[in-house]
Amino acid sequence: MSTPTVEASVPAAAEEHRSFTVTLIIRRFDPEVDDEPRWQDFDVQMYPTDRILDALHQIKWDQDGSLTFRRSCAHGICGSDAMRINGRNRLACKTLIKDLDISKPIYVEAIKGLPLEKDLIVDMEPFFASYRDVQPFLIANSQPGAGKERVQTIADRERFDDTTKCILCAACTSSCPVFWTDGQYFGPAAIVNAHRFIFDSRDEASSVRLDILNDKEGVWRCRTTFNCSEACPRGIQVTKAIAEVKQAIVRGKV
Amino acid sequence: MSAPTGTLAEGHRPAQKKKKSAVAGTLYRGNEGMWSWVLHRITGVAIFFFLLVHILDTALIRVTPEAYNAVIGTYQNPIMGIGEVGLVGAIVFHAFNGLRIILVDYWSKGTAYQKYLFYVVIGLWVVTMLAFAPRHLINVFSH
Repeated sequence: MSTPTVEASVPAAAEEHRSFTVTLIIRRFDPEVDDEPRWQDFDVQMYPTDRILDALHQIKWDQDGSLTFRRSCAHGICGSDAMRINGRNRLACKTLIKDLDISKPIYVEAIKGLPLEKDLIVDMEPFFASYRDVQPFLIANSQPGAGKERVQTIADRERFDDTTKCILCAACTSSCPVFWTDGQYFGPAAIVNAHRFIFDSRDEASSVRLDILNDKEGVWRCRTTFNCSEACPRGIQVTKAIAEVKQAIVRGKV
Repeated sequence: MSAPTGTLAEGHRPAQKKKKSAVAGTLYRGNEGMWSWVLHRITGVAIFFFLLVHILDTALIRVTPEAYNAVIGTYQNPIMGIGEVGLVGAIVFHAFNGLRIILVDYWSKGTAYQKYLFYVVIGLWVVTMLAFAPRHLINVFSH
């Protein structure tokens, strides 16, 4: 790069990196004290490139140590910090301050439809129970080929590539209006993970999984609201995957 | 679906669940897909109640034609006329959006174009209502 370009970009970068005050309104709930959840305000100094997770850290570390939330890798891989930010399910570690309207307070609350435990933490057990129910593992009774590996063409691998991206953060399932009112519904995440094996050419139990999902509480509960596709932090086309499972059940083949 | 055993919080859980539903959080901010579903539900329930009444009043013809005429006669007023605009609006939306849902479910590219399909539904609804409402309201208010 030439020198003038560098000089020109320095003031702009400095402008960009000035911190400002951001108000977060967090839905708190302490089961030992509160009867009902309550909203609480916090002011934090943030840079545009900071994330909501950084704001939560700043609150927990410098203002109120009782604020409770899950996070692990903090880089959008572990799927621990799904929460409702300004009314939409997002990962706190992937939501940048500059992408939100900071002239207004930012509302942060736990994901919906799962039992609230404390502050931003919900009981994920019903979610994982649905996940386990679709048998999300390779089932193959035949012996692999001579090379000891189950060989697959590029096209066969491509078939289910989208649904391999799931990190089980529950952003999709807890964005689903059907799941909010019917906790028995498998939910988008379980169907996505069933899809990953149903359309895997190496797997031999597609019919079993299609049977499981051809239930009253299976894929037919999906009302195609597309909240899940919009909420997925990995960009999985969730509703499309569910539609493909519906099609496979109707046609009786993958 | 077994809950983790032996935790302190376990005893509180059933009560908490009830309380949680009492204080709702913010309204989930869905996009076109969610609002089309909400409208589909509302119009669907409204049409159901219309059909319920409609079947009952039509069944009166089996009682006596006079009773039928008397009941249908009470509908001939401007308030019911405006209500009919709402009824047709609900049915037209429900019908067009129903076609959209069929496309989303059965057309392989339906999920990719669902947003555009929603605006097509809104467009068709506006065109249909523009054709229906003026003609209907002239009839209602000129008789």
